Amino acid sequence: MIRPDAPVLLEICDLRASVEEQPILKGVNLTIRAGEIHAVMGRNGSGKSTLSKVLAGHPAYRVTAGSVHYRGEDLLALLPEQRARIGLFLGFQYPVEIPGVSNLEFLRVATNARRQEQGLEELDTFAFEDLVRERLKVVQMDPAFLERSVNEGFSGGEKKRNEILQMALLDPLVAILDETDSGLDIDALRIVAGGVNQLASAANATLLITHYQRLLDVITPDYVHVMAAGQILRTGGKELALELEESGYDWVDAELERLEASAPEGLAAAQASRTPAEVG
Amino acid sequence: MTSAATVGDLVSQPYKYGFVTDIETEKIAKGLSEDVVRLISAKKEEPAFLLDFRLRAYRQWLQMEEPDWAAIGHPSIDYQNIIYYAAPKQQVKKASLDEVDPKLLETFEKLGIPLSEQKRLSNVAVDAVFDSVSIATTYKEKLAEHGVIFCSISEAVKDHAELIERYLGSVVPSNDNYFSALNSAVFSDGSFVFIPRGVTCPMDLSTYFRINSGDTGQFERTLIVAEEGASVSYLEGCTAPMFDTNQLHAAVVELIVLEDASIKYSTVQNWYAGDEKGVGGIYNFVTKRGHCRGDRSHISWTQVETGSAITWKYPSCVLQGADSVGEFYSVALTNNRQQADTGSKMIHVGPRTRSTIVSKGISAGHSSNSYRGLVQMGPKAVGARNYSQCDSMLIGDQAAANTYPYIRSQQPDASIEHEASTCRISADQLFYLQSRGIGFEEAVSMMVSGFCRDVFNQLPLEFAAEADKLLALKLEGSVG
Repeated sequence: MIRPDAPVLLEICDLRASVEEQPILKGVNLTIRAGEIHAVMGRNGSGKSTLSKVLAGHPAYRVTAGSVHYRGEDLLALLPEQRARIGLFLGFQYPVEIPGVSNLEFLRVATNARRQEQGLEELDTFAFEDLVRERLKVVQMDPAFLERSVNEGFSGGEKKRNEILQMALLDPLVAILDETDSGLDIDALRIVAGGVNQLASAANATLLITHYQRLLDVITPDYVHVMAAGQILRTGGKELALELEESGYDWVDAELERLEASAPEGLAAAQASRTPAEVG
Repeated sequence: MTSAATVGDLVSQPYKYGFVTDIETEKIAKGLSEDVVRLISAKKEEPAFLLDFRLRAYRQWLQMEEPDWAAIGHPSIDYQNIIYYAAPKQQVKKASLDEVDPKLLETFEKLGIPLSEQKRLSNVAVDAVFDSVSIATTYKEKLAEHGVIFCSISEAVKDHAELIERYLGSVVPSNDNYFSALNSAVFSDGSFVFIPRGVTCPMDLSTYFRINSGDTGQFERTLIVAEEGASVSYLEGCTAPMFDTNQLHAAVVELIVLEDASIKYSTVQNWYAGDEKGVGGIYNFVTKRGHCRGDRSHISWTQVETGSAITWKYPSCVLQGADSVGEFYSVALTNNRQQADTGSKMIHVGPRTRSTIVSKGISAGHSSNSYRGLVQMGPKAVGARNYSQCDSMLIGDQAAANTYPYIRSQQPDASIEHEASTCRISADQLFYLQSRGIGFEEAVSMMVSGFCRDVFNQLPLEFAAEADKLLALKLEGSVG
């Protein structure tokens, strides 16, 4: 849902980041307002997963330039846990297993950390169980998964459902979902996507990172961004994704070459002036 | 901020029990000889049988050599440079706590073990041992009403000599090993527990060992007897001040369980571990063994080992009675230059005996943490079963973890299972928890607690919190 007067939740300006001294993000610009659903598409290695990790604060990535503001606050100055508490959520492409840590206890500690920031009362074990059982319905998850260790022995689909369950509990304002569709069969995809759709509201925003059109068949984006070589190359509406589906990514290489030739300073400069609102 | 470095910071918290109590102490001269053994026995006004026991052990010790098979290394110990007896100056053991030196009461209060009537831990009786002597035992009278004897071993030698003569050294013979021989010759104090036939001890019993003097060895001796159908849960805790020299602690613990009886023995060991360069700390050489003499008897060892520069300790069970059960649950956390070589021995003698070993080793810094265990099935152990699980967790990339399981079976109809695993706290796991709003410290603590859960579940309720607190303390630190 696009409302030009909706408050800006996330504003990324000329973001550059590297991992092990290797530059990956080379000037990303993106503005996300409340109520919007954005999709970032691109090939493997285009930098889209890196973007999600940098936003969440992964210690392996070093920001070398640019800024990210979350509701006006300097996001990059915050620790990963602080970012989560104020409402930034990252749904992982490969959620890790944490043996020995009970999923239920983990969900409760995480939920209470977020609630404390929101000024809500801490939930005790019983109140939390009630809440979690209600939220399980969002992803049609078996309560038996609560009793197990975090993600341990979960199938790919179960891990992704557990991610969306966390999103349902943490009530984020900006949810970044990194390849949430990967490894899901069509039924699981529908359930996970159904969960994301239920949770989307006029107050929050979603950033989908994906390879394929099939996720966008079930979650309709307001904006589609095509990423290549660490930059957002093109922004359009949902039809851009369909176009990609048909013609593939070959045109991206051509456009990259053309832009680099015409704007030796890097295409960030050429692209910076374009905002989603203009193309939407 | 690299995760490995930060986890390292977390486990390198200063030791909180490193203070020294300034109290006048009576010490004997350094060194060990037959005269010293006689002097210790005389100071404790012991009966002849005990002096003989000590002298026999001393002569055995002289013939023995320090064992070198454990995966530990240390400069050789000069046994003539140790004081074998030190006691705070207070002439006679006081009848009432009001007469105990307030400095001693204060010391234990500071350690979280209040002994005074008003502040006592409810439902736990405590024997407090300071250097070589027991200074107070709480709830003695209440326990006596149930026929339970709980006192220092020195008192037991005087008041219950026949029990001591019957049981002392009957599980760990003085010549069992080098350190048990040394302990048998010079042991100072420790606790004695006797639970008569059919009695379930009405409260948990606990001994708190405190080393205070810098050049003194502590040689504690604990003996617990549970008669037919009796049961007791016992916990020991240990701390010591920080000195830059190493101190020797060589204890012997013997458990005897008769038919249908059970003893649950839990340890939270937090001796001073030395500094980050490995200077100072306690050398902890301990022999702990339980004897399931009667049918259907049960011994359970639970230990949380976080301190000591060196830990050499293998709490064991001799499962003689048919259908008897032995258990060993262990968490050993090593950091900096600490070395631990610890595990268990389960000796299956009787038919259908069962044993379980669950060992969790956590190594951080440059430490070395080894599990060493023996499971032995004797010719008569028909239908006996053992299950062992040894898990190691590595923090950082400088620590070492080893597992040395020994299995011997003379009984084809016995089953032995052994599982082992090694894991590492990865940066990705920490980031995952952090990205859900969980702070770095709490994330590490959650993972470590989760790793240890199987063992913590075995601790008596009152002490599970203490163990959790202790690990949290070791993992406490500042983040960002």
